[in-house]
Amino acid sequence: MSKKTYATAIRDTIAEEMRRDNHVFIMGEDIETLGGVFGCTRDLYKEFGTARVRNTPISEAGIVGAGIGAACAGMRPIVELMYMDFTLVAADQILNQAAKTRYVFGGKPRIPLVIRGQQGIGRGNAATHSQSLETFFMHIPGLKVACPSTAADAAGLLRTAIRDDNPVMFFEHKALYALKSEVPDNPDYIIPFGKADIKRAGKDVTIVASLLYVSRALEAADELAKQGIETEVIDPRTLVPLDMETIVASVKKTGRFVVVHEAHRNAGWGAEVASQVTESAFRYLDAVPIRLGAKACPLPFNAVLESAVVPSVKDIIDAAKAVCYR
Amino acid sequence: MISKERKLWIYKTMNQIRHFEQKAQSLFEQNKLRGSVHLYAGEEAIAAAVCALLRDEDYITSTHRGHGHCIAKGATLDRAMAELMGKTTGYCKGRSGSMHIADFEKGNLGANAIVGGGIPIAVGAALAAKLRGSDQVAVSFFGDGASNEGTFHESLNLASVWKLPVILVCENNGFGISVPTWQSTSVEDISIRSTSYNIPGVTVDGNDVYAVYKAAEAAIKRAKEGKGPTLIECKTCRHMGHWTGDPQTYRTKKEVEEWKTGRDPIKMFRNKLLENGDFTVEDLDKIENDAVKEADDAAEYAINSPEPDPASVMEDVFYIKQEAAV
Repeated sequence: MSKKTYATAIRDTIAEEMRRDNHVFIMGEDIETLGGVFGCTRDLYKEFGTARVRNTPISEAGIVGAGIGAACAGMRPIVELMYMDFTLVAADQILNQAAKTRYVFGGKPRIPLVIRGQQGIGRGNAATHSQSLETFFMHIPGLKVACPSTAADAAGLLRTAIRDDNPVMFFEHKALYALKSEVPDNPDYIIPFGKADIKRAGKDVTIVASLLYVSRALEAADELAKQGIETEVIDPRTLVPLDMETIVASVKKTGRFVVVHEAHRNAGWGAEVASQVTESAFRYLDAVPIRLGAKACPLPFNAVLESAVVPSVKDIIDAAKAVCYR
Repeated sequence: MISKERKLWIYKTMNQIRHFEQKAQSLFEQNKLRGSVHLYAGEEAIAAAVCALLRDEDYITSTHRGHGHCIAKGATLDRAMAELMGKTTGYCKGRSGSMHIADFEKGNLGANAIVGGGIPIAVGAALAAKLRGSDQVAVSFFGDGASNEGTFHESLNLASVWKLPVILVCENNGFGISVPTWQSTSVEDISIRSTSYNIPGVTVDGNDVYAVYKAAEAAIKRAKEGKGPTLIECKTCRHMGHWTGDPQTYRTKKEVEEWKTGRDPIKMFRNKLLENGDFTVEDLDKIENDAVKEADDAAEYAINSPEPDPASVMEDVFYIKQEAAV
């Protein structure tokens, strides 16, 4: 085990995979000498050269499309988008091309493509650079969606993503990059997709959270414990595939369910999870499930306003208490 | 110089495309074939002359008007027709229909129903070739309308900056559905747009096999020498409407008749072949008759092929790794 930041875990995993398989290469904006705006490709060009660590023009549709083409032609490209908000500039290539290529072409092509980058609040990047867009990509069949919340998860999930023969949308969180945790040194350390992680076990209430909200849910759980409520915090880790089995088993045990994410609450992925929980464990529920998410307004610049849009730790505590009738 | 053998192949391919489409149109009119069918008739010289220069390992991307490219890149008429009819024996098991036929084994990375969608994908395939150090080239076929899409401009820039072995073949048939190019496009010759990207651009008579062949030959040579992309604009005319059933209020019958009688690419090529004494009337008639028969047989094959099983509808959304048997 080594203690490293989330950003370093990502960087090291890319390097290890590039060492292991010369089909793997990475392209994106400012990833070469600058090492990416968030440092996730720092110094990679020194080891692998600028053919495999490619600076690109600011042409998101072009570079995602080039990633698809390279994947169709047998390579294993990683496309870094500086902000996942920019997926919208490349939306056709992601949603109409990458997601559908295998299916429409009769199941022959494999598209081993990773599109990764960061999203979310925390740096005052305002409306077009602070959104949480993972739900979008969950809705269109043909894409896998990963959302790591720790350095170890980032390493294990990214390795799985790079080795997967399907397009993977890999959502990192800008506020997690500097966070340190223990990461296994094994260069084959993988976390299979579709396996949720119980980040804290508890018997009274189930809270499902991802990305930045895993740490916030854990913070809420500490406070709830002081008030005599034992919280089970589950991180699905991948939204496609989604491990409903683990979530439903937990709800059957606790009878109470809260889901919290930074994505907008309205039609956010929490609605899908809550709906599936209701379908699968209705008789076990002792309270109506609660969904928490960002308010239905764009992310504002001002720090006070930004915090007012997304759920707070107190909101999570209140929701957990509400389903426990406390 | 085009070898005699290759001339014969081009003439055969042009006839296969023409008769395949005539058959498809007749099936459509009999309601035996559904969806959007965009006929390539009148533009056959382009696909046939360009693909005559490609090997199986070279890549193409195509468009919604893709039958010609698909056949010229090696698709057999029977499986192509079966795809148009949505049958299991079709190239894409009935998932695609007319607009998305692909055959990766023959280097056809797919027709693409999004205008301009295939251009960056061809750039990516060329990038893969360059990274591998192979001598493969990629050709992207697209229409005049696509030259107003962002992906066209992003792709030309990217391919130029990276000196990729890609040939961009713009089939300018004068209309984007009903909108004439003078109304939609800032330049009369789309090839001029190459100057913005510091690559060669050439405009040729797209109905003249020899002119298209010569331009493509030079572009492929340049690509293989590592000098980067070329834009070839082929001026042409589609004989039919944008789609089967298009009332064609935007152009006169006389205009189209002139192209059909005076500038039909198959007739033009046939006359040249006879003039030069390459082949006899009997030689060429036989090729034409064979193409008619092949198209008829393809229709028979497609009609008699089974419909897909509804239970198979969820297959192939993702590639699933087959676990080794224990």
